[in-house]
Amino acid sequence: MAITKKDVEHVAWLARLALTDEEKDMFTRQLSQILEHAGKIAELDTSKILPTSHVLPVKNVFREDETRPCLSREEALSNAPAKERGMLKIPKII
Amino acid sequence: MEYEAVIGLEIHVELSTESKMFCGCSARTFGEEPNTFTCPVCLGLPGSLPVINKKAVEYTAKIGLALNCEIARSTLFHRKNYFYPDMPKDYQISQYDLPICIGGYVDVETKDLTRRVGITRVHLEEDTGKLTHISRTGRIGEADYSLVDFNRAGIPLVEIVTEPDIRSPEEAKAFTQKLKSILEHLEVSDCNMEEGSLRCDANVSLRPVGSEELGVKTEVKNMNSFRAIQGALAYEIERQKAILKRGEVVEQETRHWDDAGNVTVPLRTKEYAHDYRYFPEPDLVPMELSKDWIEEIRVTLPELPDVRRKRFEEVYGLPTHDAVLLISSKAMGDFFEECAETYPDAKRVSNWMMGELSMYLNAANLEIDECAVTPRHLVQLLKLIDDGTVSGKMAKSVFEEMFETGKLPKVIVEEKGLVQITDREEIARIVEMVVEENPSVVEDYRSGKERALGFLVGQVMRLTQGRANPQLVNVLLKEKLGG
Repeated sequence: MAITKKDVEHVAWLARLALTDEEKDMFTRQLSQILEHAGKIAELDTSKILPTSHVLPVKNVFREDETRPCLSREEALSNAPAKERGMLKIPKII
Repeated sequence: MEYEAVIGLEIHVELSTESKMFCGCSARTFGEEPNTFTCPVCLGLPGSLPVINKKAVEYTAKIGLALNCEIARSTLFHRKNYFYPDMPKDYQISQYDLPICIGGYVDVETKDLTRRVGITRVHLEEDTGKLTHISRTGRIGEADYSLVDFNRAGIPLVEIVTEPDIRSPEEAKAFTQKLKSILEHLEVSDCNMEEGSLRCDANVSLRPVGSEELGVKTEVKNMNSFRAIQGALAYEIERQKAILKRGEVVEQETRHWDDAGNVTVPLRTKEYAHDYRYFPEPDLVPMELSKDWIEEIRVTLPELPDVRRKRFEEVYGLPTHDAVLLISSKAMGDFFEECAETYPDAKRVSNWMMGELSMYLNAANLEIDECAVTPRHLVQLLKLIDDGTVSGKMAKSVFEEMFETGKLPKVIVEEKGLVQITDREEIARIVEMVVEENPSVVEDYRSGKERALGFLVGQVMRLTQGRANPQLVNVLLKEKLGG
């Protein structure tokens, strides 16, 4: 299952990655190889096996509905490059 | 060509848990100072790990059971990836192909018919942060920059998706009302549409009547009231109809309801290309809802609106029309029942609730549990009418006053000297006066003009500031004139 340069560009856009032309070619080649390998595994008959989303046999890890202290606003915003009125200020997005 | 609307709804409900979905931050953040309810988990800081709030899972199953869904025995969370600054993680923890509840229905009563609306799924996720778009023009599409408040990020959010079974804006509104009432009875959400704890999006398309095929749909967002749901869908249906009648095609897009302008406007679509690359959330292990656990949840189900409606009809002898309106919100039903406990004539309680009370509530844009009138007020007023202290007409002005001030009817009656005049002699005196002062009207009545009597009754009421007992006035006037 070969991957095209267009696929790479699409995935790069979704991940907001700016790739050079050389990088796009390289990833097209590398990703195709990875998919080829995955394709080989896919040849196995797994029709009687449930999908494995998690490798550990652990289920139902819950917390009770109880509150705990929050961060102060100063701490919460300490990583923000720009702030206004107690909120994070960000470039326009629409 | 005649067209038929095909509507499916997506309803988001914030659960009223104490804490957020995956962390211990308080979930009661509405109206609080921005960014004062966050922690490393809901801010998505590296190294932090989410843990599932058990109560949120139980609430979701409870909703599913109330909507006649099947509860999945085995279910898990997925990661929904997208770049949008309302989530600090750049993904939302949601559910994908294994939601907690699947395949239910709600029966919706409208004026003309009862429609069974299918429920496709009910799933659990986390709410996003709140963006405020700052623009000089005030238009959402022309923002200069945005401000982010993460208080809401991580509040448990349930998404309820219907089948495209709804056929009109009225049905969409009735469905949402019914669903809201069910959720209120379950006590899993405060369902406050203005505060955004219940939000509604719709998929709308048209097709020629008789056709089974679905037309191109648009998604309408930002309908924050029942009025908006009806207005937005009516507008969107007309808009699509006009396009189809011109022989053009509807463009598949997301549109935003502009409540002030009464129109839907397109959101620029490029940024909304849906490619979420869902995958099982690696930070959370799967859930297994055992039969016993589901049964434990099932026994906590309260009486739901449909059953309550039937009980109102059977126990209180109310017509279906009354009962449907009284169960349209939990608070209405509770108000009614509290009155009916201390007042024997349930139908009269219902009449006053659907008449005066609803009228004033609508005018003031208040919910029944937000206004000054309590069941005690209404029952006291009805008893004052019964014992003849006030007439029905006077009661209406007392009602207005108690709605405004919250004073009990007895207090109002006393303060205003509103006690009804039932003294025969006193009324007879005034009747005599009116008859003497209006000889020509009296003549009219005697020559057969029945309507003239109404004028004379009105004069008596005017002279007594509406306090004379109307039945007595009628009787005494007729006696006097008949002689």
